[in-house]
Amino acid sequence: MAYEQRQNYEREEPQSQDMGSDIDHDKKRSIAIPGEIIKTGKEYLPGDGTRREGDDIVASRFGLQDEYNRFIRVIPLSGVYIPRRGNLVIGKVLDITFNGWIIDVGGPYSAFLMINEYPKYIESDDLDSYIAIGDLVLCKILRTKRKGLDLTMKSRGLGKIDDGMIVQINSNKVPRVIGKEGSMINLIKDATKCDITVGQNGIIWIKGASVSEELKAKEIISFVVERSYVSGLTEEVKKYVAEMNK
Amino acid sequence: MSYIKRFDGRKFNEARKMTAEVGVIPNADGSAKFSFGDTIAIAAVYGPKTLHPQHMQNPQTGILRCTYDMLSFSVSERKKPGINRRSQEIGKIIEWALSPTLDLEEFPNTVVDVHVMIIQANASTRCAGINAASMALAQAGVPMKDLVSSISIGKLDKQLVVDVSKEEEDYKEGEGATDMAMSFLSNSDTLVALQLDGKIQPNTLKEAIKLGKEATKEIHALQVKALKDFMEKKQ
Repeated sequence: MAYEQRQNYEREEPQSQDMGSDIDHDKKRSIAIPGEIIKTGKEYLPGDGTRREGDDIVASRFGLQDEYNRFIRVIPLSGVYIPRRGNLVIGKVLDITFNGWIIDVGGPYSAFLMINEYPKYIESDDLDSYIAIGDLVLCKILRTKRKGLDLTMKSRGLGKIDDGMIVQINSNKVPRVIGKEGSMINLIKDATKCDITVGQNGIIWIKGASVSEELKAKEIISFVVERSYVSGLTEEVKKYVAEMNK
Repeated sequence: MSYIKRFDGRKFNEARKMTAEVGVIPNADGSAKFSFGDTIAIAAVYGPKTLHPQHMQNPQTGILRCTYDMLSFSVSERKKPGINRRSQEIGKIIEWALSPTLDLEEFPNTVVDVHVMIIQANASTRCAGINAASMALAQAGVPMKDLVSSISIGKLDKQLVVDVSKEEEDYKEGEGATDMAMSFLSNSDTLVALQLDGKIQPNTLKEAIKLGKEATKEIHALQVKALKDFMEKKQ
């Protein structure tokens, strides 16, 4: 995979990486407990993690309450990764079948990368010379099915990962690591000169010029994850980075 | 002589000192600890994850699987480790108490594993276990209708008491001891599980359920507080 291609990919990414990162860090939100009535009134509509009971909007998940254009939703901050179509994910190859690869991307189901979703034509008896068991791959979720996921590699920047460093975090903290319109991730990229790709499943790929820079990026990421609930986090990270550079 | 004063001096409708804490096992998707006095239960939740063996999978919904066990040092007489008839039964009871609140239709062919461990036992272990498991499920982000709160109601001779201790469980005088473990959904006042060990009259049972409903309100409030504290600690 050409480095340049990946750069382009990073640039066009914000629309899809931004998913869920429209969270305003500076606004303090109240906490939603399952079964708790969040809002009362017919004018409100139940969004993710909520349901309607009569006039009430009731939480069905544990997380933070959020209101957006009459839509009430609960933003979860813990739990397993729930795959969505279009998500960029990093997974590990579990098995090879006659027509593709079975990939573990975390979450409830394993994913399948079909041979014709590989960027170029491959003979079906030659699969493991391209991607072997245990390899890490950067893919996009093509569709979510009732009993699994289909992945694709046919997009710029996607492919096998063969260098750099992998960091795993809770998938619910991905929006914090990316930040509003990618502010946080760009901050980390600028500070460390590393190329960072964040999978929506919580697996992060860091690729830098040297291991020490990669470790620095890793350290900043764990700083962000530990303080993912702090408001005004970007400022704190800036301070932390300045401290590091001293 | 009938039971007119409780052994530990509590009021008849007073539970032992309760504590609740969320996020005690960092490795799990969700975890919690709950205690009634000396009874301490911890619960860990893993999943939803693909269920194996495959023949157990349900293509219409995810399933709940609970295990319960007492650690060998949880009682003064060492408990032989591992599952036995009693722990299997209580695991099933916990499963029945929790499943009405869960909504796993989004995750067909999966399982949510709940492991309840009793680290110190002094009666009412299954209630403490259910309370902990309910909080752990919430933390694991499993879609659920409500939190489940559970309490044991005892009838010692003719007297109804809330939150039975070991000493009371072994009460022999008069009509002896009857122990009822009951679980409620607090927001909707629904009784989701009731177990009865002993003898009781129908009208007394109604009274006991009423008493249990009142007592679980307090537990529910504590569970909510523990969940909020967990979130706020991080904010």
